[in-house]
Amino acid sequence: MKLPTIGAAVLAAAMTLAAGHLTAQSPPLDDSEKEIERYRQMLSDPFSNPGFLAVDRGEALWAEPRGSKKVSLEACDLGEGPGKVDGAFARLPRHFADADRVMDTEQRLLWCMDKLQGLDTADIVKRRFSGPGVASDLEDLTAFIANKSSGMKIEPQLAHAKELEMAAVGEELFYRRGGVMDFSCATCHADEGKRIRLQGLPNLSVPGPAAQATMASWPTYRVSQSALRTMQHRLWDCYRQQRWPVPDFGSDSLTALTVFLQKQAAGGEINVPSIKR
Amino acid sequence: MTRTAFVTLACAVLLIGGPALAQEKPNQATVDAYVKATFGKASPEWQARIAPDESLAACNIRRNNVSSAESDAIIKRELARVSYPADGKLLGDWKKGYAVANNGRGGQFSDPPGTVAGGNCFACHQLDPKEVSYGTLGPSLAAYGKDRKYDPETMKDAYTKIYNSMAVVPCSNMPRFGTNKVLDEQQIKDVMAYLFDPESPVNK
Repeated sequence: MKLPTIGAAVLAAAMTLAAGHLTAQSPPLDDSEKEIERYRQMLSDPFSNPGFLAVDRGEALWAEPRGSKKVSLEACDLGEGPGKVDGAFARLPRHFADADRVMDTEQRLLWCMDKLQGLDTADIVKRRFSGPGVASDLEDLTAFIANKSSGMKIEPQLAHAKELEMAAVGEELFYRRGGVMDFSCATCHADEGKRIRLQGLPNLSVPGPAAQATMASWPTYRVSQSALRTMQHRLWDCYRQQRWPVPDFGSDSLTALTVFLQKQAAGGEINVPSIKR
Repeated sequence: MTRTAFVTLACAVLLIGGPALAQEKPNQATVDAYVKATFGKASPEWQARIAPDESLAACNIRRNNVSSAESDAIIKRELARVSYPADGKLLGDWKKGYAVANNGRGGQFSDPPGTVAGGNCFACHQLDPKEVSYGTLGPSLAAYGKDRKYDPETMKDAYTKIYNSMAVVPCSNMPRFGTNKVLDEQQIKDVMAYLFDPESPVNK
């Protein structure tokens, strides 16, 4: 009941700010960037960022007994040991011996839902992205788990051979062009100081501050979508904009890209859920 | 002393670098398997979009830094894939060209079937200097025709570039709008007019 009201208020604020920078003519990028920064500051406390509602729902879902085994996710091993959530997100994706796979947060959640809870994940995957009147368990749980790593530094896991393979394949995929426009991730994210329309583009081809700031700010509350979004959605949307086919949710290419991007973002301080346009 | 230290360091770097470098480049079959696992559920028509043609495959392998021999081969191959208007006219209607340049829709998996694609030129280029919202991935094209004195040869080059960017610059980041069938001939003519018509805001 409360969420749409907050969403509408946030959107109204965003539109007011957008209108504000359009009337101020010169120089457009600096002005809009400043306004966006001011806007982020305004909304950066937990009581005004609707992303924290997702964190709260995720926390409740984490503790709720579900599935044929009627157990909660509290014994789920996110890499730090069963039930340990603090700091887990900072070291995801990582290799899990029990599955012998490198998994990101969502892949691991689906694995725990299946193996631990005996939950039919078909419906969970169908609701992978929230929409009007449809909540996403995966977005909420990921927000909760990620928030438990806030203030910690991104620590890419690159010890296991499969983690190294993921990083290497992710890098290849970053540069692989395709789709009707011949685009790759690198088309937009491999140069300094570029923008698409008025949107600044972080250079993710080199390790450092741009990659750190980017990766440390997901999951985020997208004002334009009135929804909390995770990296899975960001990459899905990037491939949509690149005119590639639909990527499968929780598939290995997306995890590989995430491993590569975490590698570029090593040491970045996590501050989530953030809030973005 | 310094030299010995340097050589030792260089050897150490080589030793460390050896195995790490082997990890850096996964073989193409491994990468293809990842791609298949991720995009394999899309329709065959959609999957065909990410099977690179010969030129794009060369660009992908070299991350766009192709050798001069590869570069020549790409230009030759892509020039053969350009078709010029049968009526010999390169310029259409600049107002329609603006609409094409301003339209970022089409070709996305979220688009309804039959969506007419735009060129989305403003995403990367400055065109009309009065437009505030433009991208900088490509160079500014403000005053494009005027600066080139509306020269017919230059017009033909621009048509070639829009139709197939790689026929001019191998591995260009710009889409091959005509060859990849993003824009049809009339749309390209209209964008050409937006660039070259003296009445177009681009040249005002």
